[in-house]
Amino acid sequence: MDLSYSPEDIAFRDEVRAFLAEKLPKDTAEKIRNGEELGKEGQERWHALLNEKGWLAPNWPKEFGGAEWNAVQRHIFEEECAFANAPRIVPFGLSMLAPVLQKFGSKAQCDHYLPRILDGTDWWCQGYSEPGAGSDLASLKTRAVREGDHYIVNGQKTWTTLGQYADWIFCLVRTDPDAKQQEGISFLLIDMATPGVEVRPIILLDGTHEVNEVWFTDVKVPVENLVGEENKGWTYAKYLLTHERTNIAGVGASAAGLDAVKRMARAEMSGGKPLMQNPQFAARIAQVEIDLMAMSTTNLRIISKAAVGQAPGVEASMLKVKGTIIRQEINDLARRAAGPYAMPFASEMVEGDNDPIGPDYAGPVAAQYFNYRKLSIFGGSNEIQRGIIAKVKMGG
Amino acid sequence: MNFDLTEERQMLQDTLRRFLKDRYTTENRNKIIESEAGFSADIWTGLAELGVIGALFGEDHGGFGGAGFDIAVVFEELGRAGVVEPFLDTAILGGGLIAALGTDDQQAMVEQVIGGGLHLAFAHGEPTSRYDLSRVQTTAKAEDDGIVLNGRKAVVANAEAAGHLIVSARESGAADDEAGISLFLVPAEAKGLTLRGYPMLSGGRAAEVTLDDVRLPTSARLGAAGDAFGAIATQVAAANVALAAETLGAMETATELTRDYLMTRKQFGRPIGTFQALAHRFSDLLIELEQARSAVINAAGHLDTADRDRQIASARNLIGRAGRLVAEESIQMHGGIAMTQEYELAHIAKRIVMNDHRFGDTDYHLERFIALSAA
Ligand SMILES: Cc1cc2nc3c(=O)[nH]c(=O)nc-3n(C[C@H](O)[C@H](O)[C@H](O)COP(=O)(O)OP(=O)(O)OC[C@H]3O[C@@H](n4cnc5c(N)ncnc54)[C@H](O)[C@@H]3O)c2cc1C
Repeated sequence: MDLSYSPEDIAFRDEVRAFLAEKLPKDTAEKIRNGEELGKEGQERWHALLNEKGWLAPNWPKEFGGAEWNAVQRHIFEEECAFANAPRIVPFGLSMLAPVLQKFGSKAQCDHYLPRILDGTDWWCQGYSEPGAGSDLASLKTRAVREGDHYIVNGQKTWTTLGQYADWIFCLVRTDPDAKQQEGISFLLIDMATPGVEVRPIILLDGTHEVNEVWFTDVKVPVENLVGEENKGWTYAKYLLTHERTNIAGVGASAAGLDAVKRMARAEMSGGKPLMQNPQFAARIAQVEIDLMAMSTTNLRIISKAAVGQAPGVEASMLKVKGTIIRQEINDLARRAAGPYAMPFASEMVEGDNDPIGPDYAGPVAAQYFNYRKLSIFGGSNEIQRGIIAKVKMGG
Repeated sequence: MNFDLTEERQMLQDTLRRFLKDRYTTENRNKIIESEAGFSADIWTGLAELGVIGALFGEDHGGFGGAGFDIAVVFEELGRAGVVEPFLDTAILGGGLIAALGTDDQQAMVEQVIGGGLHLAFAHGEPTSRYDLSRVQTTAKAEDDGIVLNGRKAVVANAEAAGHLIVSARESGAADDEAGISLFLVPAEAKGLTLRGYPMLSGGRAAEVTLDDVRLPTSARLGAAGDAFGAIATQVAAANVALAAETLGAMETATELTRDYLMTRKQFGRPIGTFQALAHRFSDLLIELEQARSAVINAAGHLDTADRDRQIASARNLIGRAGRLVAEESIQMHGGIAMTQEYELAHIAKRIVMNDHRFGDTDYHLERFIALSAA
């Protein structure tokens, strides 16, 4: 047992810090810090800078152009990025689709799609959920019917994150309506520019346009866009879902968030003293910090057990549940810390008037508190994760 | 003991509920929130005509209510419907302060408020005062025959619509002293008064208010010089009853929406409410809701008693905790749908949580409770 970083780890951390200091665009970091939407260009700029450095795909094997970092390195990178207010890389192509293609896709698919994910040619989004199929994903209804060299797709996906920017969507579709639910599903890659694909915005409760409905009306998809075998999509989807969960603990984001709360609490005055010295608030912060210290080690324990390119099992569910509880608690603390200045709706400010209304840290915190309620809903809700833990541990 | 509403209050509740059910739909409200004014003049007049504002004032001020339970009944209904119109600011705070301190001339404004013809705003909190009620650094200085105000007021709700701002300012004493604080009626068009308006996350609008050599006649003073703190504390106590009741009403709606959704949303071939993991948590919300209801009754029933402040601190602490639980759990048990602006719960949850940022949050009221209990 050794809890300290090795000299190589420390050298790596310094390298990451230097890179972030030099390359992370200041305006990008500023936007992330203020909880502003980065937009497509902002995301693409950071994506390109990481790709140039060869750091875009920490989880990919080297043969596909990945960094193949070990668990500690990934942890360090995640943490440093969070502290520097680097944007989170949009995961759909890089960490969701790519592992599936690498394991189940054809050589032609890997050769075509993977480089385009790295160089940013294709922006991917995830078409799993439907209005009637959320937690019960296998009940999905979007139909794909084979007609010659094409599938004809009809149906609707929803909650499609950043679908408004996407060039491609990977979808779960029903190819055999007569088979048992899980056995009639296929994994299909669809070009968003195909006639019959329509994207409609959904505005979230904090006023952001982050998710969409995606409608398919007689959309013609070439059969070579099928990943793996027909009606085996559920297996691939489950594989992908475990990958979706690997980074879900969000330890880096929590650490950075807690740091920000402390800064706020030192600046805010309550009863003539900094809020940080208020025993109740200090206790709230300490409580979360204690949880996070343990969580950080749990995270390292779990991810270092899993080999590169592999996802942990039931422990991933544990990380997700505890990790999101901690992150949401930190968001709650930030909202509290801001006091009355949490009330203004910063993103709705008069155009051209960019001065913060209260202290600059207060602007985004309440909106973020609401937005981050999503953390315990998506990627397999915390209830579903608890169900998985219980089922696995009780041998079900 | 009798926990039933009086006949009058029951009628008020029924009328108000019916009016809001018809007129204050999710769609209408979302339009109102996005409008430039941030509230609906039609709804305001409609409710004034129903007597909703009159219910918040005593008979000696032209109203027909004004007791803690009148406030609670009205605000619970406003909360149920997620109403964003500024009843708290214009009536309870603005109108209430004038009713408590005003000269006969000034009292005329209360009549206008009750009729729905005048808006007011209470400009008290300052950029660094947080929830400290006695921390006032805006100054009032006698000069020539009048008074000159200088300072800044933070997050003043309804400031832009207000015909008059009721501004607190210090005439003597140190920044945190209760003594030395006065109130002034500042007309919206006063020279040296600047507003920077913005919408709020849970609806309605507020403004940052700058007072730069605002000159007033001494007749603009509300009550005796340096002696306004008691009246401020009393009106803020009433505002806290209103906020607690409003939050309670919103919690009722949140749990009702959640119940309906749990019974109708199907996953894995059955209503999600049949999953015990959700059913038990839903039951917990109902238990907390009844606790919150009792807390509001305690606070409203003690508004005119010596135990007022401790009861109010207790109610707002409990409702802060229970409210957060109800808001977060309701969203969670709905799943993605609750995250959308279009869905009723989104606004209701925002109301519940953001009410914790007015006149003291959960922690502030816990500290008050500890201090007052020790006293
Ligand atoms: C901001 C956001 C972004 C998203 N992005 C995407 C995306 O890009 N692509 C995509 O495909 N999807 C996306 N999703 C969808 C997300 O994966 C679903 O919201 C999630 O699967 C839950 O489904 P649901 O919302 O339909 O809720 P439901 O499944 O209807 O669940 C409602 C409630 O019931 C609970 N529940 C359900 N079943 C059980 C059970 N058996 N036991 C106990 N409790 C249960 C749930 O935990 C939840 O609390 C996103 C969602 C959000 C909010």
